Amino acid sequence: MEPIRQHTGLVYPLNRANVDTDQIIPKQFLKRISRQGFGKFLFYNWRYDENEEPRKDFSLNNPKYQRATILVAGENFGCGSSREHAPWALQDFGFRIIIASSFADIFYNNCTKNGILPVKLTDQEAQQLIKNAEASDYELTVDLEAKKVYDREGFSADFDLAAYQREMLLNGWDDISVTLTHSDKIDQFEKTHVVY
Amino acid sequence: MTKAKTIIEKIWDKNVVHQEEGKPGLLYIDLHLVHEVTSPQAFEGLRLKGRKVRQPNRTFATMDHNVPTIHQNIVKDEISKLQMDTLKKNCEEFGVPIAGVGHPHQGIVHVIGPELGLTQPGKTIVCGDSHTSTHGAFGALAFGIGTSEVEHVLATQTVWQSKPKTLNVKINGKLGVGVTAKDLILAIIGQQGVDFGTGYVIEYTGEAVRNLSMEGRMTICNMSIEAGARAGLVSPDETTIEYLRNRPYAPKGEEFEQATKDWLNLATDEGATYDRTVEINAEEIEPQVTWGTNPSMCVPINANIPNPDQADNENDKNEIQHALDYMGLTASVPISSVTIEHVFIGSCTNSRLQDLEQAASVIKGRKVHPDVTAIVVPGSQTVKLEAEKSGLDQLFKDAGFEWREPGCSMCLAMNGDAVPPGERCASTSNRNFEGRQGADSRTHLVSPEMAAAAAIEGRFVDVRTFV
Ligand code: SF4
Repeated sequence: MEPIRQHTGLVYPLNRANVDTDQIIPKQFLKRISRQGFGKFLFYNWRYDENEEPRKDFSLNNPKYQRATILVAGENFGCGSSREHAPWALQDFGFRIIIASSFADIFYNNCTKNGILPVKLTDQEAQQLIKNAEASDYELTVDLEAKKVYDREGFSADFDLAAYQREMLLNGWDDISVTLTHSDKIDQFEKTHVVY
Repeated sequence: MTKAKTIIEKIWDKNVVHQEEGKPGLLYIDLHLVHEVTSPQAFEGLRLKGRKVRQPNRTFATMDHNVPTIHQNIVKDEISKLQMDTLKKNCEEFGVPIAGVGHPHQGIVHVIGPELGLTQPGKTIVCGDSHTSTHGAFGALAFGIGTSEVEHVLATQTVWQSKPKTLNVKINGKLGVGVTAKDLILAIIGQQGVDFGTGYVIEYTGEAVRNLSMEGRMTICNMSIEAGARAGLVSPDETTIEYLRNRPYAPKGEEFEQATKDWLNLATDEGATYDRTVEINAEEIEPQVTWGTNPSMCVPINANIPNPDQADNENDKNEIQHALDYMGLTASVPISSVTIEHVFIGSCTNSRLQDLEQAASVIKGRKVHPDVTAIVVPGSQTVKLEAEKSGLDQLFKDAGFEWREPGCSMCLAMNGDAVPPGERCASTSNRNFEGRQGADSRTHLVSPEMAAAAAIEGRFVDVRTFV
C-alpha cells in the first residue's frame, strides 16, 4: 500500500448521511474477479440512469471531480453489508481520504486495511468542509503525522485514530506485511509442528 | 496434574504462533480450502505484491458454487465461467492443487475435504466460506474467513484471531426413529435462536452426538453458523477414526496408528469447563420443517404454522407476519397442509452418500408427485460414483427425480439452478433466507428423508408414519 503521511487534494462534497455500502458499490458488481476497476461502478445507481447514461444532476459526474482525492460526507458513512468492494471502489476512483462525522465499524476497518485514511471530525467541522467545497474548488491538506486537517484559509481541525492503524497507514503496511515481520516465528513454528 | 482442557483450548494452544497480552493471537492454519468465488481478489493481491503461496501443499482448491449440474463443461453464464477459469489459472500459477471440473475429486468444498481425508482432528481449517464449520465434525477448529484473510492465509499460512469463548451444547438421550441430525440442529436453532452461538465456538457433546455418524455430525456442525457461532465441533472418537481410515489423504499404516493416538488425546478432558453450557433433550425432538425466512423459524411436522397474534411481543409479531407474507403462508394451519412444487436434495448440509441413501429409503418404488420437480445433486464426484455403483441413481430416476452433477446448485442458485419466483421448495440445504434459492423463491428446510417424502406426496408429511 502507498503510505499516507501528508496529503493535499481536491475535496468532493457528498452531503448525505447513512451512505451504505450497497450505494457505494451495488451488489451486481460483486461477481467480478479483480479488486481493481471498481471505480467505474462507484455510486453506480446515483451516477447513471436506467440507460446507463451519466446523470447530469449528480455532482460526481462533474468532470472536475475526476481528480478529487478527498471525499467529505454526512454521518454514518459506509453502513450496511461488510463488502470489501466498497473501499476498493473508492480507492480505484482515486479517493485516498474519507472525512465524515461518523463511520460504520467494519467499513472503517476495511478502509485502513486497504490504504484509505478515514478521518472522523465533528459534525460541525464536516459540515463546514462540505459548504466550502460546494462553494468553489476547494483543496484540503490532511496531515496524518500531526493528525490535523487544514486549508489555506485558516480552517484547522484535529482528528484521532488508533495507534496501530495510524502506524500501518503511515508506513503503507497491510496486515500481511505486519504478519511478515513475524516470519521467523512462523518458520520456527513450522519446524516442530505436526500435521498428518 | 495439568488443567483439564476442552478440545477448543487444546487446538488453540497447539496452533498459536504468537500472542501478545490483550491482542488477537497469530494462529497457524493447517488446511486452507479454496473455491472460485472468494479467491480471485486474494490471488490478485499476491500477484500485485509479488508474493507467493507460503504452503501450496496445505492449500486445496475446487469449484462448486458456479458449476452447472446438467453438463458441467457447458457454462453459459460468462461471469461464472470467468470465475472458474480464473481459479484454474491462479492454481496453476501458484502451484495450488485443484480438483476442478472434470477431476474425479471435484465437489462441494465441505464435502470433499472430509471424504478425501484432508479434514482431520486437531487441524485448524479455513476457507472463504461461512459453512467451513462443517469440518468441525472431525474435531477440527474450522471457520470461514473474508477475502482479505484468504490472501493473508495464502501469503503467511496464518490468521489473526481472538481466542474463542467455548459453548457446550450437550444433547442428552437418544434421537427417535425417523429423526435425523438435520431435525436435531433445526430444533436446537428453533429453540435457542439464530444468535445464541454468537462469539462462541460450540462443542456438541452428549449421548445423541456420540451416536451420530460422521455424516450426521457434519450436518450439525455445518449449521453452527446458522446459530451465530463461527465454528462448531465434536471431539474425535472411534467413529471419527474409522471414517478416516484409508481415505486418500489420511496417513497410512504406522503413521495412522500414531495419528490415532494423537487425535483421541485431543478430545475434551473429563472435568474441563466451558464459558457456557446449553442442555438439549434429544428424546423430545420430532422431524422439523421451517416455515419462515431464517432457520430458527421451524416447527415439528405435526404442528401448526405460528400465528403472529400469539407472539410474545410486537417485534416478534411483526417478524412472523413479515415471514408469512414472504412465504405466502396462512397462520395457524398445519404445516403438513402446505403443498410444494420443488424438491432439492443436495448442499454441503445433506448431499453425502448416507444422506442420499436415507432419502432413497423412503421412496420404495413410489413416484414423485406430478406437480413436483425434484432434483438430487450429489455433493461430489465421489458421492455420485458410489451412488451409481449401488444403483441409487436408478432408484431416484425411476421414481421421477432428476440425477445431477455435483455442485452447490439450488442451495444458493448461483449456477442457474433456481426456484422460480413465488414457488415453494422443500430443500435439504441450510439457509431459507429471502431470495436464497432465486428471486422471491420460498424455501422450507428439511432432512433428506422429509424432502423425499414431500416429493412423493406433494406436501409435507411425517416420515415416521410414511410406510
Ligand atoms: S452448498 Fe450452499 S452453503 Fe454449502 S458451500 Fe455451497 S453454497 Fe455454501
